[in-house]
Amino acid sequence: MSGHDDHPDVILCAGGPMLLRGDHVIEDADGTQHRTVRPISAVCRCGKSASQPWCDGTHKLIPKQRRP
Amino acid sequence: MLTPKGRGTLSETAFQAMRSSSPVWRDVLRTLPDDDDDLHITLWALHELHYRGFEDVDDALEWQPELIELRRSLEHSFEQTLRDRAPETWPDDPDFAETFFTFVADHDGPSLAGHVQRDADHEQVLELLRMRSIYHLKESDPTAWVVPRLPVRAKAALMELQFDEYGCGDPNRLHAALFARGMDECGLRPEYGAYIDDVPLEVLEENNAMSLFGLNRRLRGASLGHLAAFEVTSSIPSRRIAQGLTRLGLPAAMVEYYTEHVEADAVHEQLAVRTICGSLLDDEPQLRDDMFFGAFTCLDLEDRFARRMLEAWAA
Repeated sequence: MSGHDDHPDVILCAGGPMLLRGDHVIEDADGTQHRTVRPISAVCRCGKSASQPWCDGTHKLIPKQRRP
Repeated sequence: MLTPKGRGTLSETAFQAMRSSSPVWRDVLRTLPDDDDDLHITLWALHELHYRGFEDVDDALEWQPELIELRRSLEHSFEQTLRDRAPETWPDDPDFAETFFTFVADHDGPSLAGHVQRDADHEQVLELLRMRSIYHLKESDPTAWVVPRLPVRAKAALMELQFDEYGCGDPNRLHAALFARGMDECGLRPEYGAYIDDVPLEVLEENNAMSLFGLNRRLRGASLGHLAAFEVTSSIPSRRIAQGLTRLGLPAAMVEYYTEHVEADAVHEQLAVRTICGSLLDDEPQLRDDMFFGAFTCLDLEDRFARRMLEAWAA
């Protein structure tokens, strides 16, 4: 595929989470599996979310240079 | 829902005419609001004619020319007030998403969520829920007006967010229905608009701003900027409120409403800023200032409401 796709399946948000479109099962570092429950989900990339593996907005509380 | 109680000469005259079988519209148009409370309860009721209406008002009055004329006049006055409160210039960095997140983060205001999390008592929380019910029981509805007014990409993006707000087709997951269930379990009235007579001016202003932006196509940028600021300031406060409700032993259904918003709005804030506002600006860059105006209005009106409540509670 060439060119720009306006509707990617995965979006990496600068300084924030990874957005995932569609139905997925994510296995975390402990081996626990989590199924997505909404049409588009935000996966934590900063490691600080209290709702792992999902984003809870906590990346906004850490200094910009330490965000993903 | 029945028409609210009047709060002054204009609202009393207008609501009486709306309920009458032989209204004298001339008297309504000749009347000026006594004060902001009178103006805003009138405007709230005029907007409500476009949502679900009142049991004691004929549905046909939604498009009664005199009521539209009155609505336009009150909206004009309110919009002027909002623009007077706003800064004259907005950030103009080319990276919209980064600039928008920073704009919201740099806005410093009093926090109701922090008070609920740590200090609020049971009665204060129930009072807050009654105030919030005016919006949460029609959650996302003001933004729905904007959908047909958007170009393709922003329209698809807004519907991706709204679909989640409206429960993805499941009435049990619709956010307004989650809030209603929580109200019921708290022993509060879950019916739409039940507490309108109890809310202060600041709540009316918050609700009227959303309807003003949603119902006027020229203000679509302000509506979506408001949405984006609302979503960006939701996840972390929702968690703090959920913790406060748990601390006070409030019913699980109300805790779940706020818990749901922690993860949902962590998604929605990214969608609202990037795929909704961002794509709309690619197509209609002239809307940028109004997006910031809408965002500022969201933050400023919430500050006013928070100050009002924290002062009343001497917190």
